[in-house]
Amino acid sequence: MTGRALVVVRAGALTTVQDRGRPGHAHLGVPRSGALDTPSAALVNRLVGNPVEAAVLETTLDGCALRPRCPVTVAVGGAPCRVRVDGRPAAWGAPVDVPAGSLVEVGTAERGVRAYVAVSGGVRVEPVLGSRSTDLLSGLGPPPLADGTVLPLGRPGVPFARVDVAPQPGPPAELVLRVVPGPRADWFTPGALRTFVTGAYRVSAASNRVGLRVEGPALGRSRPGELASEGMVLGAVQVPPDGLPVVFLADHPTTGGYPVIGVVRAADLPAAAQAVPGTPVRFVTVRRRPGTTRA
Amino acid sequence: MNVLPVGDDALLVEVASGREAEALHAELTRRRAEGSLAVREIVPAARTVLLDGVADPDRLARELTAAQVPPTPPREARAVEIPVRYDGPDLADVAARWGVAREEVARIHAGTEFRVAFCGFAPGFGYLTGLPSRYEVPRRDTPRTAVPAGSVSLAGPYTGVYPRASPGGWQVIGTTDAVLWDPERVPAALLSPGTRVRFVPRRDGGRP
Repeated sequence: MTGRALVVVRAGALTTVQDRGRPGHAHLGVPRSGALDTPSAALVNRLVGNPVEAAVLETTLDGCALRPRCPVTVAVGGAPCRVRVDGRPAAWGAPVDVPAGSLVEVGTAERGVRAYVAVSGGVRVEPVLGSRSTDLLSGLGPPPLADGTVLPLGRPGVPFARVDVAPQPGPPAELVLRVVPGPRADWFTPGALRTFVTGAYRVSAASNRVGLRVEGPALGRSRPGELASEGMVLGAVQVPPDGLPVVFLADHPTTGGYPVIGVVRAADLPAAAQAVPGTPVRFVTVRRRPGTTRA
Repeated sequence: MNVLPVGDDALLVEVASGREAEALHAELTRRRAEGSLAVREIVPAARTVLLDGVADPDRLARELTAAQVPPTPPREARAVEIPVRYDGPDLADVAARWGVAREEVARIHAGTEFRVAFCGFAPGFGYLTGLPSRYEVPRRDTPRTAVPAGSVSLAGPYTGVYPRASPGGWQVIGTTDAVLWDPERVPAALLSPGTRVRFVPRRDGGRP
């Protein structure tokens, strides 16, 4: 590595390296992991001329500070926040050229939860099972960043189009999650199924990369006993014995023994990753898309 | 066989027994290898097989509902031997539940041919079946906050080996130095669904 590196000056509450994760190993108990707000991660990569699958940094609420050892282009997206270079205000949601040795500060999220920081060349830590993502459930990939961590960078590509600013959806004031019912909706009482779609839920502060937890009315089961462990998908809404739904995000376990009342559409999960604790949540049931041919 | 839709592009196939789930998993994995099944993940579990990332789930659901699954899984050529010191902290409790002497627990366990029914809980953690149902034991009333890596343990119908130190409620009967999970190794997991496993009693647990 020819000195292309990034020094973490302030790691923040929780900053991790994320790319598109490591799907395909669930049968070995390996979570998929990867950036929670995938469109934001892809966008900041495009802004600095990286391929969309390059590894970026995912911050949590209070940003981070970085000092590149070489000239780089940086873009910050996802949760809106202040960006400064050597103390001077710089653009959010746009490419910013940073000289070697300058301090890049990603501020506290003004709205939303997770900011994404792409650096030209991408973060090039050693991949594990084809991915550089930090998996907080199973401990695969690089550990969460610490002050002083040095991250190697790849060679920069050529930005195919320089843009001044890119539009991004704001974090949701109300989180509406479309849910396809099942596979275990029959484990709940008719009253619970009604409550699920009419109840006033709010995002819980206990949410993390494994799952979006909510507070609100508990969902009662129509049958006692345990469900034998079964495979879990991204977006599964699992209901543990306390009756409060948990929406599985990227670091979710590959199998689980609590019934899944429904599955949130993949397109609604990036907004779930940006919903701050206290955000109202509404679950809306939708029908399974017929005859889909998604890759 | 009961095929349940899961979200927009996954199916959960429910069968009558763990044995059928193992057979179905083997059959679906074979079909994917020969190119007749396009799916991102095939995840076996206790009584189900999950198919995730299915291009046309409705069509596959119709096909599966009509399909016949072989009653027993094929016997894999690959067998893994895991050296064990039968010295676990729950060995005496397990011996009492089985109504045998402690040495007899080791003899019965090491005399059994196991098969990895499915994986989960942690990367490389396999749920191994093979012990007759009379040897099923419950989980510990109080889970341990830290079970060391390499702990050979029992719960319900399963035997498992902890790939790394973690909290856990299984009954620990022994210890191995075998490395269950090493992301630098190919394959990373020593045990994957379908693998045949034998535990070999060693006073030193296979320490080199």
